[in-house]
This record gives sequence, structure tokens and C-alpha cells, in this order.
Amino acid sequence: MNKRLSWFNVTSLSLGFAFLYLPMLILIFYSFNASKLVTVWAGFSTKWYVALMHDQPFLDAAWVTLKVAVSSSTLATVLGTMAAITLVRAGRFPGRTLFSGMIYAPLVMPDVITGLSLLLLFIAIGLDRGIFTIMLAHTTFSMCYVSVVVSSRLLTFDRSLEEASMDLGASSFTTFRLVTLPIILPAVVSGWLLAFTLSLDDLVIASFTTGPSSTTLPIKIFSAVRLGVSPEINALSTLMITVVAVGVVGASLVSKRAILKQQREEQEGERV
Amino acid sequence: MAQAKPQIVFDPWNDPKAKPLIQCRSITKRFGDFTAIDNIDLNIYEKEFFALLGPSGCGKTTLMRMLAGFETPTEGKITIDGQDVAQVPPNKRAVNMMFQSYALFPHLSVWENIAFGLKREGASKERIEERVAEMLRLTRLEKFARRKPHQISGGQRQRVALARSLAKAPKLLLLDEPLGALDKKLRQDTQFELMDIQERTGTTFVIVTHDQEEAMTVASRVAVMNAGVIMQIATPADIYEQPNSVYVADFIGDVNIIEGNASVDKSGPEGAVSIAYAEGQDPVHAVATTPVTEGARVFYAIRPEKITVSHKPDPDRANHAFGKIIDIAYLGNISTYRVELASGKVISATMTNARRLERRAFTWEDEVWLSWTRTAGIVLTN
Amino acid sequence: MNLRRIMLIAVPYLWLVALFLVPFLIVVKISLSTTAIAIPPYSPTFDLAQGWAGFKDFLSQLSFDNFTFLTQDDLYWKAYLSSLQIAALSTLFTLIVAYPIAYGMARVPDEWRPTLLMLIILPFWTSFLIRVYAWMGILADEGLLNQFLMWLGVISKPLHIMNTPKAVYIGIVYTYLPFMILPIYAALDKMDESLNEAAIDLGASRLSAFWLVTLPMSRPGVIAGCFLVFIPALGEYVIPQLLGGSKTLMIGKVLWDEFFSNRDWPVASAVAVVLLVILIVPIVLFQRNQQKQQEAES
Repeated sequence: MNKRLSWFNVTSLSLGFAFLYLPMLILIFYSFNASKLVTVWAGFSTKWYVALMHDQPFLDAAWVTLKVAVSSSTLATVLGTMAAITLVRAGRFPGRTLFSGMIYAPLVMPDVITGLSLLLLFIAIGLDRGIFTIMLAHTTFSMCYVSVVVSSRLLTFDRSLEEASMDLGASSFTTFRLVTLPIILPAVVSGWLLAFTLSLDDLVIASFTTGPSSTTLPIKIFSAVRLGVSPEINALSTLMITVVAVGVVGASLVSKRAILKQQREEQEGERV
Repeated sequence: MAQAKPQIVFDPWNDPKAKPLIQCRSITKRFGDFTAIDNIDLNIYEKEFFALLGPSGCGKTTLMRMLAGFETPTEGKITIDGQDVAQVPPNKRAVNMMFQSYALFPHLSVWENIAFGLKREGASKERIEERVAEMLRLTRLEKFARRKPHQISGGQRQRVALARSLAKAPKLLLLDEPLGALDKKLRQDTQFELMDIQERTGTTFVIVTHDQEEAMTVASRVAVMNAGVIMQIATPADIYEQPNSVYVADFIGDVNIIEGNASVDKSGPEGAVSIAYAEGQDPVHAVATTPVTEGARVFYAIRPEKITVSHKPDPDRANHAFGKIIDIAYLGNISTYRVELASGKVISATMTNARRLERRAFTWEDEVWLSWTRTAGIVLTN
Repeated sequence: MNLRRIMLIAVPYLWLVALFLVPFLIVVKISLSTTAIAIPPYSPTFDLAQGWAGFKDFLSQLSFDNFTFLTQDDLYWKAYLSSLQIAALSTLFTLIVAYPIAYGMARVPDEWRPTLLMLIILPFWTSFLIRVYAWMGILADEGLLNQFLMWLGVISKPLHIMNTPKAVYIGIVYTYLPFMILPIYAALDKMDESLNEAAIDLGASRLSAFWLVTLPMSRPGVIAGCFLVFIPALGEYVIPQLLGGSKTLMIGKVLWDEFFSNRDWPVASAVAVVLLVILIVPIVLFQRNQQKQQEAES
């Protein structure tokens, strides 16, 4: 490697990562502030966490969010995987262009429009709004993300594996169950995780499609922070950031170890 | 032509009563405007080791995929063991395929890969155990049964692919460039292993390859393909010694092609012709196996090893040419001399290096005689 | 076509038709209706029971009044223009911040790269809302940034950033930064370092080698990154709502208020339709760019 890191590279990387992470670190830091005034440090305290644990509306909202996220991401993974297989494998069929358009359009559609259009649909067909309608809405846009993730994996998939399975007597369904699915599983899982996070994160679409009885966590947070900074929200944010950070770092460590293990085994394999 | 075992002559293709295992009748395959296979007829007999040889894009893989059932012919009929297979999908054919990429299932162990096909046909547990063990023994993989494909070497992976495709005891095994991913040394060893396994299992093998040496080594018969057409089907020896076209002669091994006008040589033996190819140069004396019309444009093909290089013309041989050595390629066991004749025509001649290098008889710029017999080369009209 | 194959295509297809295409057609339809004090608050409503005559009657009542209204009230076209301006400028700022980071990442030793990449992607997994919220405490008049700058003595009275478009720019740059860094990094990472060395060997200085070789080579990544920031920024709602204050006009906010506060569904729908029409241009350009990239690579 002849590449050298110049002082310019080092500075821009340090400043860049500081810019990305300082706001979150500050948020975490002030969640342990004893003062209700977020910008004035008044000593260490965990009282906001305790308050959060006893804030029933928040806990209810978290529970609603979790239910919506688990159900919509699971359904979106099934539908998105089916859509990906259709896009990559089904060849030509009537309405294919419309289908791929409907897969890609929600990715660039502003949330306000998606939310508005779904709400108008639910009103038009007289569907009572609540957890179920949020779930439908989240499934619809996150299945498109899942299908993009899964289809990019399918595009690099060695077709001869499927042909080998057929050649050895497996039907196309058996081939999918025993060969295709186990191999694309990592992509399906990351699709699910993506759908899950998108659902946890969504404020705009949920605000449009929810009813008076069910409030999700982002809606709750949003209505709290509209009025200004709140230490309880800082505590909640800290918890959410920690969970994600532990998850992402852990997942990347696991996958790194798996890659190292595979490399080692391959080297051993070459030797025997 | 004699094959590896002279005591049993295996040549069902010469027996008019023999029934071919596979019959292709006027097979054509088009992809849009592109014709991949153009009206091919082909018979392959039981227990044969048949090679489809040709450059990439000649249609050999398409032909093989039609036998496996992954492609359907646009026109024509394929029968396997007398049964028309047009409507039989790949998973219902008694044909198995070994893929070029091996296509080993990465998430399954070696044992599970080999057992995959047996499980699909619903074999009993004992039967699967027994058959997989047998395949592992055949391919010397007993020690690796529990490993995953990425935990074994390239050569072992190749053997797993072979074992997996043989496990169901197919009537016909198709091998798509089976040795393409191996390095040269391993490839040679594996060629013999492949022949051995073919003989022991008695399975009909059809191999696709672009490597002429590989085809010549393993196959009982070779079909040379070019641009969707079969140029010649014959035993390796006949392909080499009796090519039917300039294309085949040129594709298999090294060859000198001399283009000239033929005239019937009355003084010589039956079929003798002389070919005038350059002003002031003695014509080539040859024997044509097919009748040649007087004055026809012909191609004379002669292999470099059939020509001797010497300081004096060899009186026992019918053909002589005088020239100057312009290049020597030393390959260890043999040397190839490139000799320029007075007409400017360059002829290659190969001599074995019986002597040590420093005592070599010829060197650059030496003026030498090339000699070869009347039957050494072959007269081609196309 | 067997039953399984038909199911495989039909299930996601029908789902998207029912929950993406039909709702969108409803939006278009309502944008052509007029406001009414009723439930639902617009007319005409389409009644299937009246059959073909009812449908013709329904068609004759549709009007473009809402779109005419959008051009007459300067709130709307100001909001569109200001959205375009904010999206375009913040895309430019994001590019300026992201390029040096992506460039640095492409020059870091190989063993560090996975870690840095993970650090770039990690914020993407954390809540968008929280990341925007984090800036509220920093940018406020009595916030940490002002406290820090005043402590340094750079300024004597607090900067007014919060509730101005400046805060929106900062919010967009911050939240969309990974979308800009990743494609630029991908383009730079693919680049062969020997190209730079060849330029230097042929007499170019380091700076001119960067200008003449590296920068043009990273162009596809820059273009992709710009679209990935510009398109979502245009329809942004959360950032202008939380950081921009009441004076920052963005179309996503106007649509929201029109719907929830004014309960004017036909106008909200018309605003949505116009926003989509505006978005079609960058989306088509983006698609073209991606296709050209794919063709160049294959």
C-alpha cells in the first residue's frame, strides 16, 4: 500500500466522526443530569430513568410500537422476499413494469404523501384506525426495502446451485426450501432488521394512520419534544441508542469472527 | 482403432445392431435470433465416455443443458433409452450433471451434499447410509464426510461434486468442464481417476470441455464442435490422424497447413496426388483418402512430429524440402524447429531431444532438409 | 404457470396495488374534489351503486380549482420554492462535509475500514427523531453551542440559529450525512491507486492529480449521494418542524398543517400531487444515473 494518510485526511476524519457522534454523546451525558434544565449541569442522577420507568403512557406507547414493529416487519419480510423472487426470477409476466415501479416508488416517496394516501384509503373503506392500520402501512413501505435487500442477494446467487438441486430430483418448491432459502437467509434476516428499525423509527406515517386509541413511541416523543428539550426524553434516547449500538457492534463482531473462521478453515482445507 | 485395453475392443458405434442410449435427431436451438445449435444429429452409446469439444460459445454447453433438461430444443427430438424426453423436467430425468462451478450446497456437509439426491427419491435411511458410504469410498473422501464445502480443497470439492452426481446411479452423467478449476498437475491426475471411476461404475459419461488434451485423454469418442455445428465425431486417434477438415486439424494439436493445387499422380500408389504449392518448390507427394479432381484447390495438413530434420535429405521418404532454421522452441523432451523454405513458407518440425542440449545437431541459421513420407500428411478439401 | 407461481406473484402484487396504487389514486381523485362541510369533508363522493350514470356525474363534478388555488395563494409556491432551496443548499453542504470524510476513509489502512464503515452506518440504525432532537439542546439560544462559543470568547451575545433555516440545514446535513458518504466512499474505494501514481509519475502535483484523476473518478458516487440526500430532503417534515420554527416554510409541513389543522383534504391532496410532480424529475435523473453506472460496470 502506497496510500498515506495526510494530516488533512486525519483532520477531516476526526472532525467528521466528532460531528456524527458528539450530539448523541451530549444527549447521553445530559440524561444523567440532575437538573430539569437540560443545558445546565447540576450533578449526576439517574432519576429521569426512574421517572421513565414509572411513566405509564410511555410504556404503553413502547408496547404498541413493539407490537407494530414485530408484526409489520415479519409480514414485510415474507411479502418482500416473495416480491424479490418475482422481480429476479419470474421473468416476464403481465404488469411487470408496474410491479417493479410499485416496489421502487415507496423508497423515494415522501412520508407525508405515503401517510396521507393510506389514511385517505382507510377512511374511504371505513377501516377503524389503530394498531392494525399502522401495521398495514408499515408493512407496505418496509416490504419494498426488504425486497431491495433480498433481490440484491438473489442477483449474486449462483443459479447452478438451484439447477444442481433440480438435477438431483428436487421440485422447485423443495429447491427453494432446502437450497435457496438457507443461502439467502442472511439477507432475509437483514431485511427483517431493516423493516423492524424503519417501523420503530417512523413518525410521519404512523401519525397519519393511527387512531385516537393507539399512540406509538415516536408519536409520544414527538409531541413531548415539540415543546422543548426534556430530560426524560434524553433518558429514553440514551436507552434506544445503547440498544442499537450494542446490537450493531455485536452483529459486526459476530460476522467478523465468522469471516475469520471461514478464512482459517479454507486455508486448512487447502492444506489437507 | 485400438483403445487403452486392446483385448476388448469397445466400439458400439461401429456395430449397426447396437442401440444408442442417447439419440439426438436434427436438434436446433435458437435464443432469439441467435442459433446456438444448428441441426445436430448425435448418437451416444451405453458405457461410452463421450467428449463435446470446442471453443467457448460453440454450443457445447447448450447441447449438454438440453440433455440435462435445463433447455428445450427449438426443433428436433432427444430420446434417452428410447424415451422422448421433451416433456420430462430435469428433476424427473435419469440424468445427472456435474456443474462447472461444482454447485456444492455451501450450507450442507459433504455427506449431506452426496445424500441430497437419494433423499429426494425417497430412499430408505439404510440405503442412503450405504450408498453415500460407497460414494465416499469411491472418491476417497471418507475422512471429509462431516466437513462443509468451504473446509476442503479444490480437488476434494471436485470429487464431492462427482460423488454427488453419481450417487443416484444415473444412466447418463454429464460433466461440464469438470477439471477446469484445477491446476495443471492435479488435472492430469484427476483425468485418470475420472476414467477409472467411469469404468468401475459403468456409467455413460458425456463431458464438455474446451481442452483438447483433456478430451483426447479421457474420451472414447470426441465430437468437435464449432459455431453450433458438429464438425467431426470420431475416436481421439482418428480425430488426430484423420481430421476431416482444416478446422479440426487446426483445432487439435499443432499442424502445418500447405495450400496448393492437386494433380493426380499416376506413377504413385492408388489415390496418390501431388500438390504444387509454390514456384520452384518440389510438389508434395501425398495419398488422398477421398477422390480429388484434377487441379482442385486442396489443403495438405501435416503434423510437425511427422517431419524429420536432417543435414541430408532422407532417401527413404517421398517428400523433401530445403530451408533455413529461423526459430527453435526448446520444450525439454522435444524441440520444435521453424524452418523457412525458399518460397518463404515456414514449416514446423518436432524432434525428440534424445541428446543433451549442448550436443544438439542443429542451431539457428543452419540450412537443413525436411523429409516426410507420402502417407504422413492428409489431403483435405475444406 | 402453476398455482404456486401465480400465488408468488399475485400476493405481493395485489398487496401493493391495494395499499400503494389505490391510495395514491384516491389522493389524485380528492385533489380534484371540492371542500365540503361533511364527513368525509369533500365532494363529490363516488357512489358505486349509481353505476355508469353516477360515474359520469362524478366526473363532471371534478375540477382543477384546488390547483388554481395553489397558484393564487403565495403561501404554496413560496413553500415549494423554499423547499427546493433548502433541499438544494443542504445537499451542497452535505457534499462539502461528506467528501473529505469519504476521501479519508478510502485512504485509511484496510484493517480499519470495516470499523469506520460500521461507525458511519450505525447512526442510520438509531432513531431519526432522536438524532434531530439531539440538536435542539445544542442549537438553542441558551444551548450548548452558544455557551461554548461565549466561553471561548468568540461571540459576546448568543447566535440565533434555532428556529431559523440555518438549523434546518444543520439538521439535514447531520441526518443525511451517511447517505452521501457511502456512495462517494464506494466510488473512491473502487478506484485503482496506481491511477494517481501514474498521474504523479507523468508530472502532476498531488493536488492536480486529485483534481484531474480522483475527483472525476468519484463523480458517479457524488451524483448518487446528491440524489439520495436531495430527494428525501425535499419532502422532509420532522426537521423543519423541530428545528425550523414557524417561519421556515417547507412543503411537507404545509401539507401536514393543511390536513391536520385546516382539515382541507382536497388542498392537502393537491399539495401532495404537485410535490410528487416536482419529485419526478430528480427521481428519473437518479434512475438514469444508476442505470448508466450498472451498464458501465457490467
